[in-house]
Amino acid sequence: MLEIADLRKSFPPAETGGARAEIVRVPAFALGAGEQAALRGESGSGKTTFLHLIAGILAADSGRITVDGVVMTSLGEAQRDRLRAQKLGYIFQTFNLLQGFTVLENVQLGMAFGGGVDKGRARELLGRVGLGHRLNHFPNQLSTGQQQRVAVARALVNRPKLVLADEPTGNLDRVHSRAALELIREVCREYGAALLLVSHDEEVLRQFEKVRDFKELNQAVQ
Amino acid sequence: MTLPLLIYRSLRQHALSTLVTAGSIALACGLLMTVWMVKTQSQEVFTSTNTGFDAVLGARGSKLQLVLNAIFHLEASPGNLELSDYEEIKKHPAVRTAIPLAVGDNFRGFRLAGTIPDLFTTVEYAPDHAFAVRPGGAFFKLGAREAVAGSFAAQQLKLKVGDTFHPYHGLNFNEESMHSETYTVVGVLQPTNTPADRVIWIPIEGVQKMSGHVASSANQISAVLIQLRSPAAGFALDQLYNKQGNRLTFAFPVGAIIAELFGKISWFDQVLTLVAYLVAVVAAASVLASIYNSMSARRRDLAILRSLGARRRTIFGAVVAEAAVIGALGATAGYVIYFALLTGVARLIQAQTGVVLDVFAGHPVLWICPLAMIALCALGGVVPAMKAYRTPVAETLAPVS
Ligand SMILES: Nc1ncnc2c1ncn2[C@@H]1O[C@H](COP(=O)(O)OP(=O)(O)O)[C@@H](O)[C@H]1O
Ligand SMILES: [Mg+2]
Repeated sequence: MLEIADLRKSFPPAETGGARAEIVRVPAFALGAGEQAALRGESGSGKTTFLHLIAGILAADSGRITVDGVVMTSLGEAQRDRLRAQKLGYIFQTFNLLQGFTVLENVQLGMAFGGGVDKGRARELLGRVGLGHRLNHFPNQLSTGQQQRVAVARALVNRPKLVLADEPTGNLDRVHSRAALELIREVCREYGAALLLVSHDEEVLRQFEKVRDFKELNQAVQ
Repeated sequence: MTLPLLIYRSLRQHALSTLVTAGSIALACGLLMTVWMVKTQSQEVFTSTNTGFDAVLGARGSKLQLVLNAIFHLEASPGNLELSDYEEIKKHPAVRTAIPLAVGDNFRGFRLAGTIPDLFTTVEYAPDHAFAVRPGGAFFKLGAREAVAGSFAAQQLKLKVGDTFHPYHGLNFNEESMHSETYTVVGVLQPTNTPADRVIWIPIEGVQKMSGHVASSANQISAVLIQLRSPAAGFALDQLYNKQGNRLTFAFPVGAIIAELFGKISWFDQVLTLVAYLVAVVAAASVLASIYNSMSARRRDLAILRSLGARRRTIFGAVVAEAAVIGALGATAGYVIYFALLTGVARLIQAQTGVVLDVFAGHPVLWICPLAMIALCALGGVVPAMKAYRTPVAETLAPVS
């Protein structure tokens, strides 16, 4: 499903000077179809950068990322965009909902650039995550927990092969956090998507059977 | 499906600036179309307005003034000519019809034009259009103190058959210069959409012999309106009166003289057109600026769309399309402004000259201008679209902390 080999990413030095900072250096990583895994990592250890690379919104310096049989690192940007639209779902810590769009529209946009919009499926999934009565609300009219569920629905509505979740419960309190995580895992299972979650929150990590330390995985010298 | 949604939501989110920008485009578009149409329409209508006459004979002076006075009932008469001049040209073999005209009095600012009933009975003011009075009215009889009111004059002065009035001396209304004669309205003309609508017609000797007019005016008239048997004859008469003679002016052809007037004032509509073009450029620039200014606020939304799989060129296209839609909204509202302005200008022109512009006339500018405006706005949208195109997704979504 997801295979990574010799992946490297460094950023140019800040204006103050210094050498290029290598942030990601992952010799090997793999995730099977429908598999769910969590990565444990400190703040600033490069987890977000790692997910950005997998999502193709950042270009790797070198190495290989294969998603569902497609070698993404050999694709041009526009092709990476299409791959992301068709095969990936992304759940952000800050949800990143589009504030000017309704709940239903936000979820529709999760399909807009990949397979094509299916309003019925968007409604159905919103019903599944308990927001069937909030379709025409705007994000700022929802609670944080509800917003998070919109983000989950948006990430899954296009039936992605792989869902990337970057501290998805970081903005929720403990009670909601637990429920939210369960929801994400269940929906991923129902939709047959693999899940790769990164977090520094032990409470969250404890719920996963398969947890890896990002520090071990990532050999970039900090 | 997605593009309209993106555009619609973005316009909604920036409703105020959308409104202001579209409004300025509407103004620019409406102004441009109005200037253009007033120019072409009035040129067309004025140069084709001759109330049925080919030429005007009058005192020595400016042909334009002669035509304006005798055909359009504007300006002062350049002077008088003798009744014998009228008798002479009337007998000329090249002249089909000659109608004398005497002016110099008014009723509440509307001119009294002295003439003979033949004007109504033998002249068509436009091809296949003869003068007619409204039911219950009649043309005046020579020698009687009777008047026939043009439709616009009658409407403004609320004159109807049977009403009486006193003429006032001069072309401008002055309470103190009332003549003692009493005239009775015997007819109101059907609208002709020509300057004749703004005139009150009375028998010619009424003007000539109005109490208080100098005695010599009894044998003088202001102009002779002429229909020729053939256009070629006009050149012969031009030769006769303008080149050989030096006492009279023969204004021919009427349309060409009015066209000259438009030539003289062409700088005016050039200035207006230039202003309108500038307004158009400013409007397009305002589209550019308004979208560009909102760009930093929209960076995050654009990056989110990219994270959902939107390509750079989709984002670029959406911004350009949004600019074009603002242009289209503005252009549509521009038609409203156009009709409002043109109707106003047309009313003004009708009140001042009796000439009626066709507000619903078609012209290529009516689709070229809106399309050009939309294109211009889309072009203005390219600048912010480039900025949108370059939005870095990863950095925008996860700002370096
Ligand atoms: N575009 C960038 N330019 C320079 N440095 C960056 C950039 N993006 C991330 N970094 C740096 O990379 C490091 C890892 O960041 P990040 O991947 O966000 O870590 P995490 O998600 O584990 O907190 C940080 O030190 C951050 O400052
Ligand atoms: Mg992070």
